[in-house]
Order: sequence, then structure tokens, then C-alpha cells
Amino acid sequence: MLELREVEVSYGNIRALKGISLRVAEGELVTLIGANGAGKSTTLKTISGLLRPKSGTLSYRGQPLGSLPPHKIVALGISHCPEGRHLFGRLTVTENLRLGAVQRPDHEEVRRDIDYVYKLFPVLKERNEQLAGTLSGGEQQMLAIGRALMSRPQLLLLDEPSLGLAPLLVSAIFDTIRQLKREGATILLVEQNARLALDIADRAYVMETGRVTLQGPAMELKHNPQVEHTYLGT
Amino acid sequence: MKLAIRVTNLAPMAGPVAAILALGTLLILLQVMGLAFWQGLVINLGIFLILVLSLNLSNGFTGVFSLGHVGFMALGAYASAILTLPLREKQEYLPNLPNWLAGMHFDFRLGLFPLGFLIATVIAAFLVSLVALLVGLVLMRLSGHFVAVATLGFLVIVRVLLFNADNLTRGSRTFSNVTPYTNLWWVWGWVLLTVYLVWRIKRSPYGRAMFAQREDRWAAQSIGIDVMSPRLLAFVVSAFFTAVAGSLYAHFITSFSPTVFYFDLTFKVITMLVVGGMGSVSGSIVGTVLVVGLTEALRRLEDPSQLYGMSGIILAALFILIIIFRREGLLGQREIALDRLFMKGGGSAVE
Amino acid sequence: MNLVFYTVQQLVNALSIGSLYALMAVGLAMVFSILRLINFAHGDLIMIAAYFAAFALLAKLPLGVTIVLMLSGTILAGLLMERVAYRPIRGAPDVAALLTSFAVGQILQNGTLLVTRLLQKPNPLAFPVIGALSGVFTFGSITIPRVNVVSLLLGIVLLVLLSLFVTRTNLGLSMRAAAEDLPAAQLMGIDINRVIATAFAIGSGLAAVAGLLFAVQAGQLTPYMGFTPVLKAFIAAVIGGFGSISGAIVGGYALGGLEVLLTAIPGIGDILPPGLVSPRMQELLKQWLPSSLTSYRDAFVFLVLILVLLFRPNGILGRREREELG
Repeated sequence: MLELREVEVSYGNIRALKGISLRVAEGELVTLIGANGAGKSTTLKTISGLLRPKSGTLSYRGQPLGSLPPHKIVALGISHCPEGRHLFGRLTVTENLRLGAVQRPDHEEVRRDIDYVYKLFPVLKERNEQLAGTLSGGEQQMLAIGRALMSRPQLLLLDEPSLGLAPLLVSAIFDTIRQLKREGATILLVEQNARLALDIADRAYVMETGRVTLQGPAMELKHNPQVEHTYLGT
Repeated sequence: MKLAIRVTNLAPMAGPVAAILALGTLLILLQVMGLAFWQGLVINLGIFLILVLSLNLSNGFTGVFSLGHVGFMALGAYASAILTLPLREKQEYLPNLPNWLAGMHFDFRLGLFPLGFLIATVIAAFLVSLVALLVGLVLMRLSGHFVAVATLGFLVIVRVLLFNADNLTRGSRTFSNVTPYTNLWWVWGWVLLTVYLVWRIKRSPYGRAMFAQREDRWAAQSIGIDVMSPRLLAFVVSAFFTAVAGSLYAHFITSFSPTVFYFDLTFKVITMLVVGGMGSVSGSIVGTVLVVGLTEALRRLEDPSQLYGMSGIILAALFILIIIFRREGLLGQREIALDRLFMKGGGSAVE
Repeated sequence: MNLVFYTVQQLVNALSIGSLYALMAVGLAMVFSILRLINFAHGDLIMIAAYFAAFALLAKLPLGVTIVLMLSGTILAGLLMERVAYRPIRGAPDVAALLTSFAVGQILQNGTLLVTRLLQKPNPLAFPVIGALSGVFTFGSITIPRVNVVSLLLGIVLLVLLSLFVTRTNLGLSMRAAAEDLPAAQLMGIDINRVIATAFAIGSGLAAVAGLLFAVQAGQLTPYMGFTPVLKAFIAAVIGGFGSISGAIVGGYALGGLEVLLTAIPGIGDILPPGLVSPRMQELLKQWLPSSLTSYRDAFVFLVLILVLLFRPNGILGRREREELG
């Protein structure tokens, strides 16, 4: 479904991605793990169009992505829930959700999708007229995921959903991600918390300083001694 | 042996010395040939050079963009003109001056040398620097476009004050009867001084601090660079020379009013600065010469065809093109190394 | 004249000037909130709107056609300036964009100068009288120029419509999102080029209305007439809280009030009814608030700007800075 080949991305003179290749098939949950600065978020931003690759190809269902602006990539069915959430803090919960679907013409369906998100995260329904900036960290993450779902994406990019959250909330979030996977979603998950990520994923890629250093089924990588040592702390 | 060493020590001086000699020759030629138009053009060029170099020091070096410098020019012009007005003229022309001011007249000479003019210019520039110090203390903590607009506000305030201080400035009426002290030598003497000083500042630790905090104010502060003093120093010194330019200008056109010192002049100076490159001394020279030359050429086209406004459009379009395609200007922060220009087989002359 | 009537008259003045400032400031604020660009050429949009109207009226076109021409011309100019001058430098440092806006203004000003000369019209150009907007309303002993009332009402109507647009429609919602966090808005599938163009179009349209009303009040046009209004509009937007539409509206009316206050106060010494304050007080008021305060008005306004920038940079309504993504 999604394929990256030898993608290189630079911030000015700094090479962030030095030629990475990865693949996500339909219905899979693939995770990118690695240390800070490895280039995981950069990868997602390049897929969603916020960054332009210097070289290499990205394609989604055969369609090349490299030169498309972000709003066209969203229209193709890719939704990016960014690192740090980037909610519209001065807009309400409902408005944030509506914005996730702002390009969709089918208003009835949109309303139904908002209900779906509220069923997924009941606490958001309670706070639906509150400004997004006043929500707690966990609630904000829920809203960010909900907002990303509002465009009815075929491919969901999740960037560090566990960041800054207490363990209890983290497992709640990951339960939700598991549920989404059960309902058939295709997800590319970037996570620093390697243990959780490898538990939930089908396949995984390990990134280090802009390159993919390991890849394979999550089960295998979980028991890989290098991974265990560097990322799982055993 | 000794002779050889001394010659190589002099080599780097060759470039600038040659340039000064060339300039001197040109000025002598102009003076002797008496071509009033060309003399006027070269004087104009020199005054603009001082303005652009001063603005470069403030805006280009430190990145703190001031749009109000012409206000300092206006203050310098009026202050020096009031000071050099001869006693009798003062009493007739500005009857309501406060007594202590009415008594001062810097129109005396030392032999043939108009010493009074020099002193009046320096006093005026010094006073303006004090004003700049005050303004700078207040405004230097702002950044980006906010300091730009705040200094623009300063320009407007100065203009309003000049319009209202009837007793000092004759308000909106033309201030004329100014003795035409300004000539080629005064202007270019000050130009050389300005170039030298700005160049030295750029190469000094203060200059390096200015450039450091231009790129990234927070990074500079975090490694201990005092951000306020270089900014303030640049601002005040640039105000001093801008005021000098104002004095030279006043004694050149000999009659003016506050409307002269407003936005059109500001934009012209900024264009020269941006075209040449903010942060480059040689860039300022290049930019000023180019824009003044272009303006004159375009004016030749405008006058016969009566298409007034065309030169303004072309200059503004040039400005936009530079910002889009070559934002750092023609020279960026680099300098033309005059010494290398004269060395045999010496690498690139732009460092 | 009665103090009450005087106050009412000045209040209407303040509100009508405030309306004009608000209309202009809103356009500035919309563009700034999304692009972080202070578009000083906005003032020149006001100017060319006035000139469009003037030339149309001088060509004896009916008022309706004049207004349509003026609006479309100004909006077109606004869209052009975005496309040609501002889009190529998106992402550039603040000052570069600010300077570009000055250059665009220069082009508009000199262009107008050129066109005026080519059409062999004088400069300054006298603005043709519009019957519907000239003359006064009289209520008892109060006389209010008709154009002031129209400015006031039209301003309020347009601003209310704008607020509805921004809060109720999807496009308005997209604009608010783009103003809050531009890259995040892109991730919502919002075509930011369209949103930015809309902001420019609406801003230009409002500027055109302000330009027409301004021209009627001023009576004559010069190519440089947009400079002071745009500075005032900027001050209004900053006072209210730069970057937000509601801030621009609040700031516009606040500035209108401040200006009228500065001009009206000197009059008080003259019009106070004899018994209200002691004669010495009246003399004092006349002496220390002379009419020359009026001519210092512009300087005063800028002083207020500088004070606001220093001490309360977020203005009356306040707005926090956003962090960048992508």
C-alpha cells in the first residue's frame, strides 16, 4: 500500500534521512522504533507532505507522493497525527474534530463519525465545547487521534502517541490503537516506547541516525539481542 | 632582508590606498572641471553612502531592523542648520528661539576652513546620538518586524514634532537660507571616515558579537554574548553618522522642510542596503552606486516622456526580485577584498 | 451647545472612525494571523480603491457599477500581490516580507501616479461628490455628517457578517485553524493556498469599503494617502491583540475613541456650561489643553503603539505565540 524507496531528506545542510526504504501493506500495523533524532518523525512528515524528499521515491497505492502538497496527500487517504499533537488550542473539541473532516462533503456521515469518535473516547464527549488547549495530556492525545480519524483515512500515521503521558493513559491509548487495528485500519506507528510498539505491531523497522538498521516481524525483533539491549533495556 | 619584509607588510594596504588615490583623482577632476551636475551627483552619492553604511551597521550587522533612521537624519539636518545660521540671520529668520540658542552661531572660519560647520555638525550628531541612546534603550528589546514598526513610529513622531516646533524649525514652512558649506571634500571626507569606522567595527569583537546575535539571538545569549550592548552601540553609532549625513544634506540643498525626511527617502536607502547586501561594507558601496546610477538613468527617461512614477515602479520591482531570488543581496555578508584584487594570481577577490 | 449633545456627537464620530479603522485592521490581522506578514501595502489597497471609485465616477458611471468596479479591482489587486510578491517568499524571515510589502506599496503608489498622469487628471485629485453620502443628519442641535452614520452602520454590518463567516462556515473554520497552526491545518487536508487567497480577498474587499468612505470624508486623493491609514490600522490591530480578528475590531474602535478623545478634549474648555466648573478651572483647561494637541495626535497614537509593544505586546485581548511544526 505504502512504499518508500531510498528516500533522502535534508534540513538545509543536515541530512536527516540518508536513504530509507520501508513498506506497509494493507491491514498491517507497522512500527518505526529508534532513539531520539533517528529520523522517525521526519519519515512521517515526508510521507504526509510537510517535508520534501531530496531523492528517492514514495508511493501510495502506486501513486507517487514526492511532489504532492499535504492537502492532496490527505485527500488520497493518508492521515497524520503529528508528534506533540498540534491541536488547535483555541478551538473547541468539536471544532477540532470537524476540522479533521473539513474537506469532506458528506455532512451526515461526518456527524456520524464524530459520534464514533465520542464512543471511542467518551471523555471527549463530556468536554465537547471546551477549548482544546484546556484538556489534559491524555485527553489531548485522544482528541488528536480522533481528529486524525475524521478524514476516514485508509492509512493512519501516528507519531509518538505515548509522549508525555502517564503509563495508565498510555495503555488506554494503546488499547484504542489495538481496537482500530482489529477494525481493519492500516497503521504506521512511530514510537519511542519500543516495548509497547513491538507488542502491538505486525512488523517493525529500527532506525538509527537516518537509516534503517533492522527490520522484520515484530515478534522476531522483540527477541533480537541487539534490540533487547538498546531499546528494551534487558 | 629588511626591505623585503617591509614591502610585503605594505602589500595589503595597496588595495585601499589605490582606491583612495583613485577617488581623490576623481574628485580633483570634478572640482577642476566645474561640472555642476556631476559634482552634485557625486555629492548626492556620498551622502547616500553615509546613510546606507550607517543603516548597514544598525540593520545589517545586528539584524535589528530600524525603519526610523531618516528621523535621525532630519534631526541632524535641523540641528546643524540652526547652529550654523549666522547671528543676524538667526534673529530675523527664527525670531522666537530661546535666548541661549539664539546667541550661538557656528559660522566662523579658521582661515579658509569652515571650522564652525565642522563643530556644528559634530555637536548636532552628538545630540542626535543621545536621542538615539534613549530610543535605543527603549526599543532594542523588541525584535523582528515589531522593532521595524516601532522605529517607523519614531520617524512619524519626529516628523510631527518638527512640524509643530514652529519656533525652532519654522514648522511646515521651508527652512532655507542655509549656508551651502557642503562640497565634494566634506562629503567624501566623512564617507571615508564612515567606511573606515564601520569596517573596523565589523572586524572587532563587538562586530562579531553583532553578527552572532543577528543569526540567532537566543543561541548567542546562551553562550554568554551580551545582546543588548552591541545592538545599542550599533544603533547609536549609526545614528551619529546618519545625523552627519543630515547635516551635509541640509547644507547642500540649503532649503528643506520636514516632508523631505519621510518614507520615500527611507525606502530608497533601504533599497540600496538590500541590493548591496546587509552586513557587507563593500556591498553597501556597490548597492548605493547601482541604485543612484539607475535612478539617474531612469530619470532621464522619465523627464522627456513625462512618465513620472516609472522609476519608482522599476526600483521597487528590482527590490522585490532581489528579495525573492537573492535575498542576501549582491554581496551578502561578504566583502570585496581590495588587497587580493591587486595581488598577482591571488584567488577569489570576494571573501 | 449642550455637553450631552456634544458627547453624543463625538461618540458617533468615534464609532464611525472606529468602524473604518476596524475594517482596515481586520484585513491586516487576517493576513498576519496566517502568514505572519504585516502587509503594509494594505494601505495602498485602500488608496487604489478610492482611485477606482474616483475614475469610475468621473466617467459618469452609476454608483452601483462604481462600487462593483472598485471592489473587484481592489480584490484583484490583493490577490495579485499575494500570488506574485508574497507566495514566493513564504517562509522567509519576518523583515523580508515586511520590506517586500513596502516595495509592493511603492509599485501601487507610483502606478497610480503614472495612471493619473496618463489620464491627465490632477494630483491631488478631488473626489467626486456622492449624493447619497454627502450632507448631514440633524437631530435637534446635533449635526452628524451622513457619511459618518453610513460608516458606522456599514462597518458594524460587515464586521458582524465577517464574524459569522469565520465562526460558522467551513472555510472560516479553516482560516481560524490556519491562523492557529499552519502545518497542522495542512494535515487536515486544507488547501492553504486557497485559504490565504481568501484572507487576502476578504481583507481587500473590506479595505475597499474603507477606502471609499475615507475618500468621501477626505474629499481629495493622492497616491500616498494610504500610508497613514495603514499605520493607524496596524496600531489598532496591535492594541486589540495582533493576529486575531476580534482583536482588530476591538483595537479599531479603541483607536477611534482615543483619537476623538484627543481631538475633542481641547474643545471642552470652550463648551463647558458656565456653572459647572470654576472660571479659573475653565481658564486652566483652555490653557493646558490647547488645540495644538490635535496636531500632536498622530505622534501620540504612535507613542501608544510603542507603549503597547513594550508592555503589553499581546494587546487588550492577548494572544499567545505558537510553536512551529514541520
